[in-house]
Amino acid sequence: MSDIAIELRGIDKSFGPVHANRNINLVVKKGTIHGIIGENGAGKSTLMSILYGFYQADRGDILVDGRVLTIKDPNAAIASGIGMVHQHFMLVENFTVLENVMLGAEDSPVLNASISKARIELKRLEKEYALEVNPDAIIEELPVGLQQRVEILKALYRKADILILDEPTGVLTPPEADHLFRILEQLKNEGKTIILITHKLREIMAVTDEVSVMRRGEMVATRATDKTSVEELAELMVGRRVLLRVEKGEARPGDVKLSVRNLTVRDGRGVTMVDDVSFDIRAGEIVGIAGVAGNGQSELLEAIAGIRRATGGTVELNGSTVDVTGLADPAELRTRGLAHVPEDRHHVGLVLKFEESENAILGYHRDPAYKKGALLDIAAMRADAEEKIARYDIRPPNPRLKTANFSGGNQQKIVLAREMERNPDVLIIGQPTRGVDVGAIEFIHKRIIEMRDQGKAVLLVSVELDEIRALSDRILVMFAGRVVGERTSDAGEGDLGLLMAGVENRVENRMEAAR
Amino acid sequence: MSNPYARLPGWAEYGLIPLVNLVVAFLVAGLVVLLVGESPLEAAYHLINGAFGRGEYIGFTLYYATTFIFTGLAVAVASHAGLFNIGGEGQAYVGGIGVALVCLWLDRIMPWYVVFPLAILGSAAFGALWAFLPGWLQAKRGSHIVITTIMFNFIASSLMVYLLTRVLKPLGSMAPQTRTFEAGGQLPKLDWLLGLFGLDIGNAPFNISFLLALLAAFGCWLLIWRTRLGYEMRVMGHSPSAARYAGIKDARITVIAMMISGGLCGMMALNPIMGEQFRMQLDFVQGAGFVGIAVALMGRSHPAGIIPAAILFGMLYQGGAEIAFEMPTISRDMIVIIQGLVILFAGALENMFRPAIGRIFASVASSRSASSAAKGA
Repeated sequence: MSDIAIELRGIDKSFGPVHANRNINLVVKKGTIHGIIGENGAGKSTLMSILYGFYQADRGDILVDGRVLTIKDPNAAIASGIGMVHQHFMLVENFTVLENVMLGAEDSPVLNASISKARIELKRLEKEYALEVNPDAIIEELPVGLQQRVEILKALYRKADILILDEPTGVLTPPEADHLFRILEQLKNEGKTIILITHKLREIMAVTDEVSVMRRGEMVATRATDKTSVEELAELMVGRRVLLRVEKGEARPGDVKLSVRNLTVRDGRGVTMVDDVSFDIRAGEIVGIAGVAGNGQSELLEAIAGIRRATGGTVELNGSTVDVTGLADPAELRTRGLAHVPEDRHHVGLVLKFEESENAILGYHRDPAYKKGALLDIAAMRADAEEKIARYDIRPPNPRLKTANFSGGNQQKIVLAREMERNPDVLIIGQPTRGVDVGAIEFIHKRIIEMRDQGKAVLLVSVELDEIRALSDRILVMFAGRVVGERTSDAGEGDLGLLMAGVENRVENRMEAAR
Repeated sequence: MSNPYARLPGWAEYGLIPLVNLVVAFLVAGLVVLLVGESPLEAAYHLINGAFGRGEYIGFTLYYATTFIFTGLAVAVASHAGLFNIGGEGQAYVGGIGVALVCLWLDRIMPWYVVFPLAILGSAAFGALWAFLPGWLQAKRGSHIVITTIMFNFIASSLMVYLLTRVLKPLGSMAPQTRTFEAGGQLPKLDWLLGLFGLDIGNAPFNISFLLALLAAFGCWLLIWRTRLGYEMRVMGHSPSAARYAGIKDARITVIAMMISGGLCGMMALNPIMGEQFRMQLDFVQGAGFVGIAVALMGRSHPAGIIPAAILFGMLYQGGAEIAFEMPTISRDMIVIIQGLVILFAGALENMFRPAIGRIFASVASSRSASSAAKGA
């Protein structure tokens, strides 16, 4: 037995013309937590998919415990002791924890024996790794952090010695994330090997022993975590120096531009998503809304933008009322000075099959500037697009290219350019840097601050707490549809984290721990 | 990155892939002919010769193609707005009322060039009306357009039987059809157009509604890619959520797109009624509304693709009739099989050969870049 859990030698993988992994070498030592970081599209997920058997490498060897293996599908990976916790959980929502854990690992078609065996095994695992979950709880009734725990239990139940976690903290509150890291430490101490894929540098610094950096399909460096720094890793990821902190001066708030009073939104099933929310945003300030995804932020944004009907409350834009409970017209709101960068650029903010220049006018296509006689003025549209491309450094600089062929960061710049260049009074932005590479994040943050300094009122929603803290002048925390607290920009992470977790939620957790 | 085979040169995307699909469809059709115990080569000869062998045959092929251009465009326009209009059959049928009313009213007192524009308006208006109802039902009541347009085909069929046996039939006639139109209700043939190529049109009913079809194709291109309305339709077709975000009113676009689609279908009626029969008969549409779906699929919903696709189906209709005539063991059903195969391979399985062709292009591209790199070194 060697002390190396996994070794990859010369892994190469292409998809058609795209070279996703280029001659990757990686050594993961047994009983360590090994981080893999890189920007979106750097090839992290492809590499892990090869290791887990979703794809076959074109060239190269995978060695597990010193033996060369061909992993032709996930079953083979599981058989060689590799387990994976996916970013999006692979759980049957209306099954119990126990049923999910044994799903696919039953011994016989008749389940009784398997169930009792699984129950004993689950008890043992829970005790050994301090992973308490009620085995008879229904998955959809569990908080996200516990669902993730079930995913880990699933892997352990299948006797995984090597655990791959793909962006595990994306859906967690800071306290939940801390708890996860404690679990990972525990697993490490029990001799498990853990590969942690993430783009969050702080997590890497907090828990890993070693870290490998990927850039454009290549493995550019491996470092011992205690001998590197956030700055060095960021530079390795991007290939140049990046400014991680956002430079910003004092806010000089002016008049109230957006005023929300008692806004309530129920979804199609009658569930209250936004519950009696009130706030004001003044010219020249950024108000950030922090919260774990799914606590009503999306619905709040959509209601203000006029694309989702509110069930109650009022919104005033520039001092005049917006008919949020009736048929507010997004096109009309635009002419009244509201710009909206939606959370989901793929389905809402852009039409991916359109040319760049066509997306550059989405929502503003009724502007007479783009009209010539009865027809659209294609030349004006393209000239307009080219100007924005130059100003926002959108690459490749081709207004006729299909939008789907731009990277996430450049797609986001297309949306930002469109909404910001209109000189709006109020800018509402959802997830400005989701799926955007580090270099573009810097640019986008700068632009948002610039908008504020030009005297715009900015409403910012993001699940990245760091982003909220870096950009906002005031922070509102949403939990279960309500604003549960307001803090200034220098609020501590722990304080915000507790608010984000919600008071009731904490009580529930305590009750569960007591059980 | 998620779609590794995304990029192909335009000529491969719009030329090579449809051609490969078509060739495969014909190869399989050849196998079926073999199964019947006939020679596929002979059948192929009759198909091609029957469609293009003489000026008259070409005239027939283009006559059918005219019909399919209209219905193909209709399906394409709706599909750009994300609507699947299966009601072309009924809309064309009802469109015939508009043509017939104008002709019955004016054919004795006005020349064709006065009657024709009015008949165009009449056909489009009636076709649009028949599409308006399903469009409105979807926009306001959420009744799915696929269901309602199919049902409207049946309603149209019953309505026309009623009209042609009770209302529009001349007294004393036993045939369910209108009276035959006089000169004002008869469109001139395009014999001069074929004459330019030294071809004799013979008895083929190839008429000036073909030019109208070409004009309609250009108009559709303008509409879809060069107008604000077309832009809004495409946003809605690609992404309803982006349309809502952009403030595009989907109810309005649904109704308008359906009416344009229905209007195009209605205009199809000009071709058989004023161009061939000079009267409106029972079942004059003869499935053209459904062929339009295949034509739009094959033409990738682009007018420049729909015209050749319509000519292909015109060829299948005309050449197919010729096969049935020359080779008695092959019935007309055989032609339906061939059409079905073309739709299957060019429509439903259109991406079957795409990965393979993409791989070939990728390997050619990489070897070319490798050789240029070698040259550079």
